[in-house]
Amino acid sequence: MGRFHRHPDGTIHRHGEAHTDTDEHHEHRHVGDHSGYATGTERIEVLELILDENDSVADDNRHRLAEHGVRTVNLMSSPGAGKTTLLQKTIPALANQKMGILEGDIATSLDADALSDLGAQVALVNTSAGFGGECHLDAVMVRAGLDRLDLAHLDLLVIENVGNLVCPAEFDVGQDARAMVYSVTEGEEKPLKYPVMFRSADVIVVNKIDLLPYLNFDLDLFYRNVRDINPSAELFEVSATTGEGLDQWVEWLRSVARHEPTGDPATPYGV
Amino acid sequence: MHELSICRAIANTASDHAGSRRVSVVRLKIGHFRQVVPETLRFCWELHTRDSALAGCVLDVQYIPAVAHCNQCDAQTELVQPIVRCGTCNSSDASLVSGEEFLIESIDVHDHHPPIGDN
Repeated sequence: MGRFHRHPDGTIHRHGEAHTDTDEHHEHRHVGDHSGYATGTERIEVLELILDENDSVADDNRHRLAEHGVRTVNLMSSPGAGKTTLLQKTIPALANQKMGILEGDIATSLDADALSDLGAQVALVNTSAGFGGECHLDAVMVRAGLDRLDLAHLDLLVIENVGNLVCPAEFDVGQDARAMVYSVTEGEEKPLKYPVMFRSADVIVVNKIDLLPYLNFDLDLFYRNVRDINPSAELFEVSATTGEGLDQWVEWLRSVARHEPTGDPATPYGV
Repeated sequence: MHELSICRAIANTASDHAGSRRVSVVRLKIGHFRQVVPETLRFCWELHTRDSALAGCVLDVQYIPAVAHCNQCDAQTELVQPIVRCGTCNSSDASLVSGEEFLIESIDVHDHHPPIGDN
C-alpha cells in the first residue's frame, strides 16, 4: 500500500509503493505547511455504490414480493398531481384484483383514509421521523410497510410515494415498474428540469386533461420534452376526476399484475 | 433533501470499512446526471457527522461529466442536458458511457489521530 498526503489546496500526493508502513522509514519530504497525517495513513478502496445498502434491501423486498406472487408499481409525482384521486378511481376499476396500497406521506393519514373502504388493503408509512420528514420512500421504509400487509392475499401492490419530483426517483424500493402521474397544470418544461424522474418512468399518466381547455398548456411541446428524456415510456391521458382515459391505465396495471415484463425495474438510465 | 439520507448511507459504508480506525477523507464520484447538490451534500455531511466518530472527516467529491457514445458515428459527446443524443451526427442511437456515477471510491483511515499542525 502506498502513502498519500493531502495538501491544503486539495491535491493528493501518492508516495512510492516501496515505502514501508512505518513512519521511521518515511524519507519523502515536502516543503511548507502540511495539514496531512503523520502516522498510519492508509487509503482503502471502497468502490461501493452510495445507495448499495438501500438497493440490497430493495432487492430483498422484490424477492419477498415475488415469492408471494405480488407485482409492484412505484407511483410517483409532484404534490397535488393527482396520485390519490387516480387511485380512488383505480381501486374500484380493478375490483377483481387483490390490490394493496402502500401509502407514503411525510405526515397525516389523510391519503390513506381516502383510500380505505374501497376494497384494497392499505398500509401507511409516515416519513416524518427524523430530520423534518423524508421527502421520499426508501427501501427500508417500504420493508416496514410490507410487514403491515397480508402479502399472501395480494396480486398487485401500488406504492404511493411521497409527492416530490426529485428524491423518489433516486431510491429503488423493490418495485417491478415505475409509473408517474403528471398533471397538465405543471407546465411543459418539467421533463427537462426533473429528468431523472421522467427518465425512470415506465409509464407517464398525464392527468387533469379535463382542464386543458382552460390552460395555456402545449401538449405537443410537453410530449417532445418527454421524448427527449424518455423515448420509450408509455403515455396515458386521463382525467382522474371525470374518469376519462382511465381504461388504458387500468389495463396497463392488469398487464403488470399478469407478470408481463416491464423493463429494468431498478435503474433509471438502464446502465 | 435526500442529501441527508445519502450522507447517512455514506457514513455507514465508511464506518464499516474503517472498523475502529479514524476516517479523515471519504472520496466520492458523482456523475453529472445525479440529482445531488455538492454544497448541500457537504453541509449535510457536516451536520450528520459532527457529533460522531466521523467528525472532521472531509468529503471529497469528484464530478464526472456525462458522456455519450454514438452507435452510428462512434463520436463521443459531453452532455449538458439530460438528452442522450450525439453532438456530431445528432443521432439518438447513443449510449451513456458516464454521468450516472454514484460511488464511494475510497477512504483514508488512520490508526492514530493526526497531529495538530505540521508533521
